[in-house]
Amino acid sequence: MTAPATAASPGRQPVSIRRPTVVVEPVHGWSALNLRELWTYRDLLFILAGRDVKLRYKQTGLGVAWVILQPLVAALIFTVMFGRFARLPSDGHPYVIFVFSGIVAWSYFASVLQRAGNSLITDSRLISKVYFPRLAMPLASTFSAMIDLFVALGVLGVMMVVYRVVPTWRLVALPFFITLTALTATGVSLWLSALNVRYRDFAHAMPFILQVWMFASPVAYATTIVPEKWRLIYGMNPAVAFIEGIRWSVLGSSSITPAIVALTTAVSLLVFVGGAFFFRRVERGFADAV
Amino acid sequence: MSEIAIHAAGLAKSYQIARALRKQPYRTLQEEVVALPGNLWKRARGRSNAMETFWALENVSFDVTEGEVVGIIGRNGAGKSTLLKILSRITQPTHGRAEIFGRVGALLEVGTGFHPELTGRENIFLSGAILGMRKAEIARQFDAIVDFAEVEQFIDTPIKRYSSGMYTRLAFAVAAHLEPEILLVDEVLAVGDASFQKKCLGKMEDVAGEGRTVFFVSHNTQAVRQLCSRGILLEHGRIVADGPTDSTLGIYNQRLREMRVDAETGVNNPENRRGSGAVRFTAVSVEDVSGAERYSFDMGDTVRFRLSIAINTTMRGLAVVVALRSGMSRELVTSARHVITSDTVLPGTASTVVIELPDIYIRPGEYPLYLHASEATQSPTNYDVLDDLTPPLVVAAGSRRLHDNFDAAQPYGLFSLPSRMMLAETSEGISRVPDLVDALPASE
Repeated sequence: MTAPATAASPGRQPVSIRRPTVVVEPVHGWSALNLRELWTYRDLLFILAGRDVKLRYKQTGLGVAWVILQPLVAALIFTVMFGRFARLPSDGHPYVIFVFSGIVAWSYFASVLQRAGNSLITDSRLISKVYFPRLAMPLASTFSAMIDLFVALGVLGVMMVVYRVVPTWRLVALPFFITLTALTATGVSLWLSALNVRYRDFAHAMPFILQVWMFASPVAYATTIVPEKWRLIYGMNPAVAFIEGIRWSVLGSSSITPAIVALTTAVSLLVFVGGAFFFRRVERGFADAV
Repeated sequence: MSEIAIHAAGLAKSYQIARALRKQPYRTLQEEVVALPGNLWKRARGRSNAMETFWALENVSFDVTEGEVVGIIGRNGAGKSTLLKILSRITQPTHGRAEIFGRVGALLEVGTGFHPELTGRENIFLSGAILGMRKAEIARQFDAIVDFAEVEQFIDTPIKRYSSGMYTRLAFAVAAHLEPEILLVDEVLAVGDASFQKKCLGKMEDVAGEGRTVFFVSHNTQAVRQLCSRGILLEHGRIVADGPTDSTLGIYNQRLREMRVDAETGVNNPENRRGSGAVRFTAVSVEDVSGAERYSFDMGDTVRFRLSIAINTTMRGLAVVVALRSGMSRELVTSARHVITSDTVLPGTASTVVIELPDIYIRPGEYPLYLHASEATQSPTNYDVLDDLTPPLVVAAGSRRLHDNFDAAQPYGLFSLPSRMMLAETSEGISRVPDLVDALPASE
């Protein structure tokens, strides 16, 4: 290697050995998350999220109304099917508001998974033509779907006024449970998006995964339906804690226990951290694989 | 100033490609089914059997100092783009190491990240952020970008309504306002119309003039000659020449000459060849009036093209087109069509023809050749096209004075047609009648 800074140092001036801004070399195995670099690209993260939001309802007749309509229509169908016909338990709340609170949480989770899962494929041109921290792409979905979540929470607020449900002090826990939802969704989508680059099977399997997962989660029914001895195993499903958690903080009561919240938080953190490292490990091959 | 900007040592990149793909482009389902058990067995024993390793880049080492403008040249598949992708961290090398000192801006395509549904304004921010700019930085440069792209009125229109020219201008404008210390550029000049390409080239010259390091990959050897002080020639993933641009381009043209069309490649090598194959060029050479083969001429010289043609099916006559493209914009500069015969030509016929372009008035530069052979009818279907497969014609200024106002150093335009000043007037009312005024028709 040629020494970089020798020519510019006559006399006894100290020779400053410059450190390279970037070193390009083959890396194998696990590598650091490099959150610092991700931070320098934070503007990109939010511009990508903003793009998602802007594009979602372009050229639709109803436009942003879809954000409200989608969970409302789903809640209506669920109310008729499961509330009226199947008479599923709703922890003593009006079924429609009970199921809507579940749908709000679940549909945020599901849309993060859907958007992030395909993010690397739909923007494959970006990956093969520009360098930026790849983590920005699935993470953008975490933020873009949040707009829909807040709008839906607003609708929930209106419904609570209509049904005279008065929020309790438990409402202060809402940010925590929203964060838990986002953390879980991001963790899972990091795995999904990375795997989807190599195995497109995940894109095809996604609708089924989401459907099964939803019915395994307390969206349309209360956790009380699950026999006591299975509760802990049921609680391994991270969706249980954030759905029941959001319901608990908004409606004031639900069948959630601190043990389940603690368990889920631990599971979600594990999935998230594992997912981030896994993503970093496989992202090196993205440009060659997409 | 002489600090290192890029230090690359032993860079190499390999890809695994399916062996079957190389022999035959596709297989039928039946073949797949028959081959399935064997393939499963092979796969179970490790993929090495079905895959082979292709080295896109091998042992590439160089040092670039700050402020240097380096052109990377080479034919398709020589590894130019792979090298850029490694330096810009899009893909990682298989072996080797590169150290980069300074902020890198990579421009591998025009319009990266552009979304057709978004407006010009939104796309500027999107594309800028993707290329690595901070939001505040884009906002600061916003007016300059819009100005450069000349799209003020349409800035809030979705870019799917843009003309392709506007789209390209906007895309390049964003990229041109990146302010990296090291700029990596790939073939972006291959798009857009001629005047826009000139603008881009001008911008690139500005960037180079500001003392920033530029790494410029191009097919456009004339652009490389104009911009770069140093040229690196890649061939099959290896560096075969690295030195002053002129000498590297000389080696490149020399190599192109060695692989010119002959009976072997002309008939048997359909790669990069268009046309039905009913007729094929079997040999092409460029000569001067004495019959000596050469590719560089002075302005005013006479150029001859000697073309050998083989006919493979019955054809209604035979005609050839010899055309020169602009090395800069790829537009056709001039073309000449000659009918060799209008009679029916039978398979097995061989033909040789010499086409002469006397006293070439085109300006110094490089002119890729476009050769076309076809039937003599008005709308010929059987043809062979050699587009940019031979070394370009290189025209130098020379010492000839072609006309009274001739100035070979004037770099504008493609031709140097004669011109005369017929009237000269200034606002002070002092008018001076030029010597040539008697040449004016006495109409006024």
